[in-house]
Amino acid sequence: MIRSPTARGEGLRPSPSCAGAPSLLPSEIANIRSEFPILGRPVRGKPLAYLDSAATTQKPRAVLDAIRRYYEEDNANVHRGVHLLSERATRDYEEARVKVARFLGAADPHEVIFLRGATEAVNLVAQTFGRQRVGPGDEVLVTELEHHSNIVPWQLLCREKGARLRAAPVTDAGDLDLDALERLLGPRTRILAVTQVSNALGTVTPLPEIIARARARGVPVLVDGAQGAPHLGADVRALGADFYAFSGHKIYGPTGIGALWGRRPLLEEMPPWQGGGDMIATVSFEETTFNTLPYKFEAGTPDIAGAVGLGAALDWVARIGLPAIAAHERALIAELLDGLRELPEIRLVGTPRERAGVVSFLLGDVHPHDAGTILDRHGVAVRAGHHCAQPLMRRLGLASTVRASFAAYSNRADVEALLRGLRAVREVFA
Amino acid sequence: MNQLSDLGELYQEVVLDHGKRPRNFGPLDGETHRADGLNPLCGDRITLHARVDGGVVRDVRFEGSGCAISRASASVMTGVVKGKTAPEIDALFERFHRLVTEGPRAGDEGALGKLAVFGGVHDYPTRVKCASLAWHALRQALKGGPAPVSTE
Repeated sequence: MIRSPTARGEGLRPSPSCAGAPSLLPSEIANIRSEFPILGRPVRGKPLAYLDSAATTQKPRAVLDAIRRYYEEDNANVHRGVHLLSERATRDYEEARVKVARFLGAADPHEVIFLRGATEAVNLVAQTFGRQRVGPGDEVLVTELEHHSNIVPWQLLCREKGARLRAAPVTDAGDLDLDALERLLGPRTRILAVTQVSNALGTVTPLPEIIARARARGVPVLVDGAQGAPHLGADVRALGADFYAFSGHKIYGPTGIGALWGRRPLLEEMPPWQGGGDMIATVSFEETTFNTLPYKFEAGTPDIAGAVGLGAALDWVARIGLPAIAAHERALIAELLDGLRELPEIRLVGTPRERAGVVSFLLGDVHPHDAGTILDRHGVAVRAGHHCAQPLMRRLGLASTVRASFAAYSNRADVEALLRGLRAVREVFA
Repeated sequence: MNQLSDLGELYQEVVLDHGKRPRNFGPLDGETHRADGLNPLCGDRITLHARVDGGVVRDVRFEGSGCAISRASASVMTGVVKGKTAPEIDALFERFHRLVTEGPRAGDEGALGKLAVFGGVHDYPTRVKCASLAWHALRQALKGGPAPVSTE
């Protein structure tokens, strides 16, 4: 089952309406599931229906094996030793960087910086690029769809600089209001930080249009790809953004590793962020000169095994094929939406024009935490809460929602278990 | 199923009833103490109003949104603390907190009265904060602290 990895030159994957990729066959889904050891383990005595992949995905054996193999066969520190294991560890780590670059469509692997995840990537850009570019009275533009991790780093920067954080509004359906966003791109806007996919609603933002409008005004753009990468991937060169951040653990890789891609001239211009080993060229007490990209931003011994695991995860995704995974997830989401329509108390939260990976909803006036607890006892894992998007929840007049989210290994049985569980919730609160 | 009978322990009829129709809900005329309670896990927030006279809590009411457990806990709590002093309420909370974290023990019925219906919470570690939120807010209010309390 080999499908070609993401094609170049189209920016983002096609929208659902024009997606040509065939979905996965039932036998393919069964094979995929058999690659995820945790899915075979009962939870509370029941088969696990894991519908919380937007929080973190489960990991295929290929990733677990790659991490184990690295520690058992190659483990050493990178970029230092003259001995064989250090050579191997360095090779493993740098090969993982090449895999990330290939996944993102980046021309140059040295534009890929390994970090703890999307959160650290946004913080790095805010604290280096942001600190250089943003001054008193300037503005940083985000959107109401953002996760806290693409709000708070900018808020900290704005507070430090006396700048103003502004937010482009969403419609009641959960789509970005592009006209309003355009009006907010003003002469003082120094950066636009926008998500690719809303983690709370599943909204796919129209990045090509947004980026075109920002670039027309000379405003650099950071894309938070934490939720987008696992469903849509990215082709950063075609996309036209300046920075792209994502987390490994949301795309079948381990926790603690992620990457930032940035345009080389911008990364060159940015000062180092954290100081330490590996990020320097020479050090004396009078002066230190810094290493070249990407090492300038990778102080200290990196998460080598994590990078190896992330590389294995991206290999795994390429083997299945991201378009096929996305088509499969869309089919399951359509099934879930059909099933939810039969429950009259269900209120969908967010009905965006284009959706990826996530369905958010409320069941009558049942609090999402109560629904989540009852679903859990039926073996169904969902997220119940504000999804680290409190400004968005406030905008929609809610405190929280129930969120079901999907991945390559999700199947119809998961959707059916959720629908059965929701009927049980209804019975408790009848 | 054992797991599902646990659910019945958590969502007892009394709990569901108080969750749906909370007692002592709304603002309080002549309040002397007030505090906000915030559960960062879910973003739920309640405001606790109290009228204290001669060191004794004469009346308590609460407002805000929350799950069935937090609303029921606030509702039952506001009923049982009337007529008690702050030290008595602290002692009651200690017993209640042991109930929701460790489970029921002998003597709970007598010591806790109506609060004993929350004995099922200990099976649900993520819901302990829901059951404790109103208590934290009340104790903060009685201390006169102006800052919102958090369950963290």
